[in-house]
Amino acid sequence: MTTETLLRVENLKKHFPIRGGVLGKEIGSVKAVEGVSFEVKKGETLGIVGESGCGKSTTGRMLLRLIEPTDGKIYFEDQDVTELSTSDMRKLRRDMQMVFQDPFASLNPRHTVEKILEEPLKVHGIGTPKERKQKVRELLEIVGLSSYHAKRYPHQFSGGQRQRIGIARALMTQPKLIIADEPVSALDVSIQAQVLNLMQDLQKEFQLTYIVIAHDLGVVRHISDRVGVMYLGRMAELTESEKMYDKPLHPYTQALLSAVPIPDPLYEKDSIVLEGDIPSPSNPPSGCAFHTRCPYKMDVCTQKVPELREHEPGHYVACHLYTEEGSAAGQNKQLPEEGKHE
Amino acid sequence: MKTQEKVLDVKGLRVSFFTDEGEVPAVDDIDFYVREGEVLGIVGESGCGKSVTSLSVMGLIPNPPGKIIGGEIKLNGEELTTASEKRMRQIRGNEVAMIFQEPMTSLNPLFTIGSQLMDAMLIHKMGNKKQAKQRSIEMLKLVGLPRAEEMMSDYPHQLSGGMRQRVMIAMAMVCNPRLLIADEPTTALDVTIQAQILKLMRDLNEKMNTAIMMITHDLGVVAETCERIVVMYAGKVVETGPAVEIFKDPQHPYTRGLIQSVPDMRYKKQRLYSIPGNVPKPGSIKQGCRFADRCEFAFDRCRQEDPPLYKTAEGHSTRCFLFDEKEETVHDNRNTVKS
Ligand SMILES: Nc1ncnc2c1ncn2[C@@H]1O[C@H](COP(=O)(O)OP(=O)(O)OP(=O)(O)O)[C@@H](O)[C@H]1O
Ligand SMILES: Nc1ncnc2c1ncn2[C@@H]1O[C@H](COP(=O)(O)OP(=O)(O)O)[C@@H](O)[C@H]1O
Ligand code: SF4
Ligand code: SF4
Ligand SMILES: [Mg+2]
Ligand SMILES: [Mg+2]
Repeated sequence: MTTETLLRVENLKKHFPIRGGVLGKEIGSVKAVEGVSFEVKKGETLGIVGESGCGKSTTGRMLLRLIEPTDGKIYFEDQDVTELSTSDMRKLRRDMQMVFQDPFASLNPRHTVEKILEEPLKVHGIGTPKERKQKVRELLEIVGLSSYHAKRYPHQFSGGQRQRIGIARALMTQPKLIIADEPVSALDVSIQAQVLNLMQDLQKEFQLTYIVIAHDLGVVRHISDRVGVMYLGRMAELTESEKMYDKPLHPYTQALLSAVPIPDPLYEKDSIVLEGDIPSPSNPPSGCAFHTRCPYKMDVCTQKVPELREHEPGHYVACHLYTEEGSAAGQNKQLPEEGKHE
Repeated sequence: MKTQEKVLDVKGLRVSFFTDEGEVPAVDDIDFYVREGEVLGIVGESGCGKSVTSLSVMGLIPNPPGKIIGGEIKLNGEELTTASEKRMRQIRGNEVAMIFQEPMTSLNPLFTIGSQLMDAMLIHKMGNKKQAKQRSIEMLKLVGLPRAEEMMSDYPHQLSGGMRQRVMIAMAMVCNPRLLIADEPTTALDVTIQAQILKLMRDLNEKMNTAIMMITHDLGVVAETCERIVVMYAGKVVETGPAVEIFKDPQHPYTRGLIQSVPDMRYKKQRLYSIPGNVPKPGSIKQGCRFADRCEFAFDRCRQEDPPLYKTAEGHSTRCFLFDEKEETVHDNRNTVKS
């Protein structure tokens, strides 16, 4: 890992219109992503976690402009991605590739593996047909399949093997950044471990930078150098993986971590069971979006959105427990115990 | 209150599907039991036969193509494999109830929550309409749903995934069954909602003394909820024993590999252990130990004979030749497995 920044995201937003009525007029919007900022350093793995619908996939897709952002900036190696023309964007996709959750849905069932893997090279006009076929065979071996698999169709592979094909496809253009959206969540535990190990090996071998989106906190801790926790379209906390797990600051992060079942029957955990459901992003709560479920809620929380701030070097948190308003207002404030998740 | 009495006792169960590709032995000679008031976990990866096992107990194996081709299923002493469909309808919901992974598929979108709950009771002749309504509201409250009265007239799509799963649990509990089968009840839910549902299930187990058969692929869920575990692989039980022992001292090479493959959130490992190869399709391995082609300890005998279950401690057994006392040559290996 270096200290050089590969990707920088500033105040990224995506509002999906909700249409209704006979005329299909816009009657509201889903605030899928509501002002997210972060940086990714060259060679690191940034994990993004959060529960269903919090905006992880939308964020990931916006980075590649598979979804157009409503607002905000994305800089890749100091190029402003949001300003690129369609053709320049296509060129940039050589450097930024995506791996998807469902290996079934993301591979064309009517194409051979060879055709699937060659596709990105053709799109970018890389190599002669012979060189491309050679490269396909090379990559199949690299991801732990065999070159004779090139002539087979996706349905002839197991889920884990299909995910290896998905990874091989992403690697074809020798990208710098790979955005992996739930790369192992459709896989069995024993296969999941194989794919995670493969991703780590490839990262070392090709100096890859990863953004890994996942809802499994164990997986994210294992693979990430830094982790961002999202809640209802916003980043609640962002810091090094070790710190996040050992000393979470945000009440949501604490609850989320304590909710994860630990594979050890003798482990006595201090579990914080949150009440209530995740609110809808079309009608998010005022102020801090977490205030409807937060055990530390204060008056200021319902009124003012807490900004993501650097509380300690490299540890960012968006919560009034750590702002001046919060400290001033905090009559009923109790600071969460540190290291609750020991 | 736990007793030694078995609510469910399954012996030698075999279930096959007869498809175009021939007979698929989904469940191949499995034995297990659930004691009164206990929580039993059944774990294993996709396709190992967990759901087929639970559907067999419920008498819900789709026939054709599926068929129970051998074994016994005794519920409170009564044999179910030979019970009439009429008798099974009385038993389902009454003595044993089941909840599924995706609650939406088991709730009818066209009927209100209230009418579905009341129907569940009226089918089993649990009192009149008024009593059914009263009890439905009580059940919704019991499973921790706020505004239970109003929810009676809600439709399933108006509820979140977690609320729907609570409704399913309420529906399963209306007739106060002695056994609740939960097939991946939290797999479709977010982790904070999963924590709520697991807590609810633990509470019901304690308060109502309902035995629970918890089917899951998630070792964390098992560790948190179950007293005893049955580990399945390719249609067979490969290890069974108390949860604490199995996690502390897994015996079968598959169990051990599985536990080590899970990224534990408490520690950062440099590299995960991973079991080589793929999860086999049922029926694809005809001879020998089903795990042999992925097992680092496999020796000749493993590829020729089917290992039986060896009893290794009180209430703990393992289907692996490394635990055959007569198998002198492999004792070293077994110690490696254990260490
Ligand atoms: N094309 C779309 N039109 C309207 N709303 C959308 C669209 N795509 C996503 N959303 C909404 O935006 C929010 C964020 O969705 P997103 O897919 O980013 O969530 P996620 O964090 O990836 O969740 P999951 O863990 O379930 O994959 C959700 O409320 C979702 O319903
Ligand atoms: N309706 C069906 N028709 C044919 N085969 C089936 C059917 N249901 C299940 N099977 C077979 O039984 C095996 C075990 O399935 P199942 O019990 O659902 O696994 P799991 O452990 O994931 O719940 C599957 O691999 C499948 O081949
Ligand atoms: S800002 Fe307030 S409501 Fe939000 S997490 Fe912090 S204490 Fe809780
Ligand atoms: S019987 Fe042989 S192949 Fe099977 S698990 Fe034991 S050692 Fe491995
Ligand atoms: Mg997603
Ligand atoms: Mg199943």
